[in-house]
Amino acid sequence: MARIIVVTSGKGGVGKTTTSAAIAMGLAKRGHKTAVIDFDVGLRNLDLIMGCERRVVYDLVNVINNEATLNQALIRDKRCDQLFILPASQTRDKDALTTEGVGKILEELSKDFKYIVCDSPAGIERGATLAMYFADDAFVVTNPEVSSVRDSDRMLGILSSKSRRAENGEEPIKEYLLLSRYSPDRVKLGEMLSVDDVQEILSLHLLGVIPESKSVLNASNSGTPVILDEQSDAGQAYADIVARYLGETKPHRFIEEEKKGLLSKLFGSK
Amino acid sequence: MSTGAPTSQKTALEFKSTSLTVPVLLLASNDISLIDQQLKEKVVQAPEFFKNSPLLIDLQKLNAQNLPIDFTEIVAIVRQHGFMPIGLRGGNEQQNGDALAMNLPQHSLHGSNVPLVNKAPAKTLPTPAPEEQKQASQSIENKLVTQPIRSGQRVYAKGDLIVTATVSAGAEIMAEGNIHIYGSLRGRALAGVLGNVNSRIFCSDLQAELISIAGIYQLSDDLSKHPAHKPVQISLDNQTLIIKDI
Repeated sequence: MARIIVVTSGKGGVGKTTTSAAIAMGLAKRGHKTAVIDFDVGLRNLDLIMGCERRVVYDLVNVINNEATLNQALIRDKRCDQLFILPASQTRDKDALTTEGVGKILEELSKDFKYIVCDSPAGIERGATLAMYFADDAFVVTNPEVSSVRDSDRMLGILSSKSRRAENGEEPIKEYLLLSRYSPDRVKLGEMLSVDDVQEILSLHLLGVIPESKSVLNASNSGTPVILDEQSDAGQAYADIVARYLGETKPHRFIEEEKKGLLSKLFGSK
Repeated sequence: MSTGAPTSQKTALEFKSTSLTVPVLLLASNDISLIDQQLKEKVVQAPEFFKNSPLLIDLQKLNAQNLPIDFTEIVAIVRQHGFMPIGLRGGNEQQNGDALAMNLPQHSLHGSNVPLVNKAPAKTLPTPAPEEQKQASQSIENKLVTQPIRSGQRVYAKGDLIVTATVSAGAEIMAEGNIHIYGSLRGRALAGVLGNVNSRIFCSDLQAELISIAGIYQLSDDLSKHPAHKPVQISLDNQTLIIKDI
């Protein structure tokens, strides 16, 4: 049976799709057969981040409506043969999704995939609630600012009450906190909430901190999941997160301000 | 009926008198659909409050104006909205007869100047009333919550509410009795929501958006002078909320 992971946040623009792409690629690179599904019907983005936008023929809604088979709609990643992408429809809206349809797709995927990553749209409406309904694990992506933290809190409430596990009285969804766009120097100046602040409010297990990084935008623009940029801090942060999720112990990084060496101080380079 | 029961026999029952506070539905119109609609609006505002609530139906206003109304119809509507009618007062002969037929007792109008048409309070069946009153007054259910209460969630306890985790900003917890919070309180906490002025709120870290006891409330602006991260208890004294360190 596959493990179903939902990447969610409530608020938009915090890095859900970036995280979904990176996590899915990370799991696949470690040899686990992984599928990543875009639930943002009408505002399809995951295919761009994954760099497969020119290979989309069928989508999630086609499969739900029995207009295509799952195998026809799944796109195999060119860089990693363990990774498959199921894109969203750009011409429909979220009402095209049904609980039964999504359930059927996830059940079928569960047969031969190890991990299924569901990229949730922003908001708490149909797309978002369906993305998390069948989940086993939830990655809650939060930016270190108050509105994002509150929206995440709201999402956590929905996760614990409106999922399949909650409705059937099974073991609750495992929730993990991913703090993205973190910049230690702004925390130091008091312009940003610290890791401790966010954890105090959300009381959630911290899976990792992703630093604010230029490499994320570059990766998105070029259609490469940022985890493949092994030189970048964000790429390394995601690699750590995947390792921790798989049960390895890795010390948290990118929480403290980087100590600048004498040379970089002198020349003011970054 | 044997009057000469042996004295050694244990007493199995006793009649006592008690006075209870029960909501009264005072009707001012005999338009059934209007009553139905307005009841619905009221219930929507506080569904938990009205659920299975005992209710005394008062028709004195209508009868004073000679507006006819079918008592059985009113009972049906009131039951539909989740109330439990426990009797009638101020009814005319026909309505009192209908009430008796439904095993609902008549209640006298204390100090009311409306003349009772049917002067037969002694005839009413005394049995159903104490039974239902007992049910209504004895439904204390405490609730224990061990998971964090997240923004947007609402928790309601019929008795005391005990929370061993955090109550987030934007969450709302309500209890008919006391509230105990062993994490941080950042949301809204309302104790004694049915008007129990003796209920209290205890919390280990007060950062609430709003606290209320029996409808008397304070907002976070008024609370800001109380330092956070300190265990406090909140009680009601003469219509004022008192916050004290524990």
